[in-house]
Amino acid sequence: MNDAKPTRRSFLNYVLGGGVLATLGSVVYPAFRFIVPPPSGEANVSQLKLPFKRSDIEADPQRARTFKFGRTLGIIVASDAGELKAMAATCTHLDCTVQHRPDLGIIWCACHNGRYDLDGKNISGPPPRPLERYVVNEVGEDIFVSREGA
Amino acid sequence: MMTAPSETKATSKSRAHNWLDQRFKISALVDYMGHKVVPVHGHSIFYYFGGITLFLFIVQVVTGILLLMYYRPGADSAYESVRFIVSEVAFGWLIRALHSWSANLMILFAFLHMFTVYFTHAYRKPRELTWLSGVGLLALALGFGFSGYLLPWNELAFFATRVGTGMAGAIPVIGDELLVIMRGGEEVTGATIGRFFGLHVAILPALFTVLLSVHLIFVQRQGMSEPLEWQHLPASQKKYQKFFPNFLYRDLLVWLIALNVLALLAVVFPDGVGPIHWPLGTKADPFAPPPPVIRPEWYFMFAFQALKLLPPHVLFIEGELFGILLFTIGGLIWALVPFLDRKSQVNQRSRLYYAFGYVVLAFIIIMTFLGYVAE
Repeated sequence: MNDAKPTRRSFLNYVLGGGVLATLGSVVYPAFRFIVPPPSGEANVSQLKLPFKRSDIEADPQRARTFKFGRTLGIIVASDAGELKAMAATCTHLDCTVQHRPDLGIIWCACHNGRYDLDGKNISGPPPRPLERYVVNEVGEDIFVSREGA
Repeated sequence: MMTAPSETKATSKSRAHNWLDQRFKISALVDYMGHKVVPVHGHSIFYYFGGITLFLFIVQVVTGILLLMYYRPGADSAYESVRFIVSEVAFGWLIRALHSWSANLMILFAFLHMFTVYFTHAYRKPRELTWLSGVGLLALALGFGFSGYLLPWNELAFFATRVGTGMAGAIPVIGDELLVIMRGGEEVTGATIGRFFGLHVAILPALFTVLLSVHLIFVQRQGMSEPLEWQHLPASQKKYQKFFPNFLYRDLLVWLIALNVLALLAVVFPDGVGPIHWPLGTKADPFAPPPPVIRPEWYFMFAFQALKLLPPHVLFIEGELFGILLFTIGGLIWALVPFLDRKSQVNQRSRLYYAFGYVVLAFIIIMTFLGYVAE
């Protein structure tokens, strides 16, 4: 079959092989498109009014509350100085949810002992990056959280 | 055991072949397949029907697994998730249409396969157990149809399931208990979806796979059945073709045609056509009155219609119960035909069982027809 001139048989083989590939492609393509989920309907919120008050955060044993911020999870903590600080609650190491440790004055990730300060900066342990910080604005009783630059 | 190096240049293909051959004795398998032949005669087309049914089952497995990625069983989520599939997911409408079309065609070809086997007396010795496993597969396929129908939790499915499970309640002694087990309670609710879902995606596939393997091993071991008339032919007049590769290539060509027909139907009629349709429609509402026409799927229609035609009382028995009894006995006879048909065991055509087959076939066709016309 290694003739310089293509034979009728080799031409037919190419046609058949091409047909088989095209058929497989037309079966696999819709299946592949199907398993990729459509984008979720949830918008990426840039500002949010929290459904609780400052007193709720301060009454919490850990002096913190988590909240859903669009598609992500956020945490808002009350520092000893009485300041409210909010940031993303998903550890930058391996996506565990972090928690406030008022006894140590840090944000702590229980999975691998990662530590952040209250501004979300990674200070020890495995986390490679700081947690995204959110801006907190208090208007009367209401607390507004927004992404920086929004 | 080392094989002697062959004279030809060792290509990568033959090296891979050798590697496998040394470990799994592939040559023996190819040899075995090489001996297998398929009779060539006027009714050779019947040899493809089982294969088509198998192909449609494979389509069901693939499309079913894809649907599982988005389907969420439950009264609050089932309907919504199916609507999400057909309206939001890329090609979701296509996958659902393929699953529905392939389901209906699989049952159709299973019936065709069964009747061609029946009328060629291919169930005769030594193939009694192949027939029996086939009857079991048909029963499971009907179970797939019945359990899958409810899963979208739309109006159509809800009432059909209510009527269908309600019939089980007519069975004496165990009826009430059976009904509660089937419905997961007194009524068709979200609990019923859970049961039917488990049945449809776990229990039935497992049983079907085992029985299908048995069925196919039997076919491979015994080869293709030869027509009864061939007994009296001289060997010179019997024509055969090799199973491997000749028949297998033809089988694959038929599968390719089946795939194209399926794709065409799914694209042109994604919601089905005529009496065979499955539009999503409105969500099931247990408190709403039923729609004017409650119809089972077409392959249950003959039984449904026959039960409707029975008088309220036959002798001392309730009509519906009498019908169920009759169907049970009929089904048993049908499954045991290879053992009951004495003539087939000595390779003779039995007029009685031939006639019985035609009666059953005519009954199914007439009742199905009546079911759709007498409304």
